[in-house]
Amino acid sequence: MTQAAQAIGAIGLLGTGLGAVLGVAARYLSAPADDRAEAVVALLPGSNCAQCGFAGCKQAAAAIADGRAAPNCCPPGGASTAQQVAELIGVRLAADDADAALPTVAWVDEERCIGCTRCIRKCASDAIVGAVKQMHTVLPEACYACGLCKAECPTQAIIMKPVLPTLATWHWPKPATAQRVAAG
Amino acid sequence: MMLFQVRGGVKLSYRKELSSESAIVRMPVPKRLFIPLQQHVGSPSEPVVEVGQWVGKGQLIGRGGRGISANVHASTSGTVTAIEERVAPHPSGLNQLTVVIEADGEDRWAELPSPITADFPLPATPRELNDRVAAAGIVGLGGAAFPSAVKLDMRYKYSIDTLVINGAECEPYITCDDRLMREAANEIVDGVRIMGYALAAEHIIIAIEANKPKAVKAMREAARADRSIQVVTVPTRFPMGSAQHLLMAVTGRETPADKRTAEVGAVVHNVATARAVSNAVRRGEPLISRVVTVSGFGVREPANVEVRLGTPVEDLLAFCGGLLPVPTLLINGGPMMGAALPSVHAPVVKGTSGVLALTASEINDGPQSPCIRCGKCVSACPAGLVPVEMVQLIKRGDLQGAKAIGSQDCISCGSCSYICPSHIPLAHYFSFANGKLNDLDRDARRQHRIRALIQTRNERTAREAEAKKAAAVARKAAKAAAAAAAAAAAVSNETLETSA
Repeated sequence: MTQAAQAIGAIGLLGTGLGAVLGVAARYLSAPADDRAEAVVALLPGSNCAQCGFAGCKQAAAAIADGRAAPNCCPPGGASTAQQVAELIGVRLAADDADAALPTVAWVDEERCIGCTRCIRKCASDAIVGAVKQMHTVLPEACYACGLCKAECPTQAIIMKPVLPTLATWHWPKPATAQRVAAG
Repeated sequence: MMLFQVRGGVKLSYRKELSSESAIVRMPVPKRLFIPLQQHVGSPSEPVVEVGQWVGKGQLIGRGGRGISANVHASTSGTVTAIEERVAPHPSGLNQLTVVIEADGEDRWAELPSPITADFPLPATPRELNDRVAAAGIVGLGGAAFPSAVKLDMRYKYSIDTLVINGAECEPYITCDDRLMREAANEIVDGVRIMGYALAAEHIIIAIEANKPKAVKAMREAARADRSIQVVTVPTRFPMGSAQHLLMAVTGRETPADKRTAEVGAVVHNVATARAVSNAVRRGEPLISRVVTVSGFGVREPANVEVRLGTPVEDLLAFCGGLLPVPTLLINGGPMMGAALPSVHAPVVKGTSGVLALTASEINDGPQSPCIRCGKCVSACPAGLVPVEMVQLIKRGDLQGAKAIGSQDCISCGSCSYICPSHIPLAHYFSFANGKLNDLDRDARRQHRIRALIQTRNERTAREAEAKKAAAVARKAAKAAAAAAAAAAAVSNETLETSA
């Protein structure tokens, strides 16, 4: 009887003690998930273009913080944003050429543009210039390819064009790994 | 003179004898010249001629752009037939803006700045000499093509006491500097003295690798007149011709990885650059030609050729008897640091030190096998890096990891790839990684700018919405006030009426 009481006492004591430690740890040592989501939101472009499949940047950030979405799920954010997000949530992104699509920018087909200014009102980064019944054009330096203008255009005058490498931006591709290495 | 130990490096088989005994020959001006508007490090030059215009030999056709840039001149007289995108002598095979000149055969000089023929001390200020060098479009002719005037300007930013003249020519096959030192030693020394004067350098050291005894002799002879010039023989070891390493060897000063040699008080110029400076000052001639070594087992008659800039490589090869009927790899520059030429239509530019046609027997390109961690690349690396570790990280895609252990300090000399018994293209991996890291940096800067734009727009729209709201409230208040006033007026009228 005393032995059982001793055992119950010991386990109980242990349980209480460890529980207290865990409780304290949970109180003082944890990082609330919301913090990370907020930090991720700060890194994302914030135009709510929904190319990631979520309603907006806030929802996508929450999903990334919870591990429901990949850190590189934001196409307009580009490779550098993906890298920063990955670092923030502690995931390592492999930087490879193979899976990297060329970045794109919006381009206005001047034959089709009717000058309705709807794209201008949609553009989150003020990358489109133009006026009512005047030709619109995209400033490629300011465009980050969220695609909102393309969806808005009533005449399909906006096309997303790939940004081709130039002599100033070209770099060597990753060397092909030898067969034997790949097999091993 | 005391020499200092340089880290790493490799011993190579040089094969310089293919062309080292053939004197420099002048190639006739080809029918058409293709002169790219960017042949230098920095921003491209802006075209200042029009299609259809006649240009004289040495006439400015591209004015240096913003920041670091260089002028470009017509290499012969003739008509500009096009200013268009043409294949660049670059491994990407991409095009670049090029001025096409149809030669008129007269090779007539345009009006040139007046020559300064007086002996030392020169009747020109260092600033004037710098301007002359900049106007002549002179860039580093060793291969890096860094604008020379920018380097001479370093004295106004750092305190420079030493001018090192690079005659190391450590790349195999290449013999253009060797021949130039033997044949134009006086012009080179004159250029060296001009640069020494422009920089106000106390010490001038001309460093030549030990495998060029004839060049050393010729340069010693020519430099006897000036006591401040020392001609030094440095050990034959690749990459002795790297500016940082040469400086280390002759002065013991180590340049930090991400800095220029000027920050440790020295400027390094190539021997061919010195000769171009002499030509620009003594004769007023801009840089319109250079000596190129054409060599390799695939070339019929290896030679050192003085070529007009813009000459297509195919014309140059034809001048050297053409290619032998064996498969060859065309290289622009030396075999260690040069890169494959994308096309024989690509032109010779300011940075072209060699055009090599290498046959299979000359290329160290065996089948790749796994890394055996022998560490040969570590001892060969002149930058003190650990290629074996960096390449593992890059293979896994961990570029940040590779960056953390110094991949960006790689000088792309290729010593690691050369020494690797498993034929792993290490230098190629580092070029890829550093290119990709630069891409990421560029992208980050761009994203940063765009985020600022988005934020300003958000703030602006918020302000506008608030202003609208405030206006609506004000309107409402005004309406209410007006209504109240009207009511009050009505009431007072009423009272007036009743009182009346």
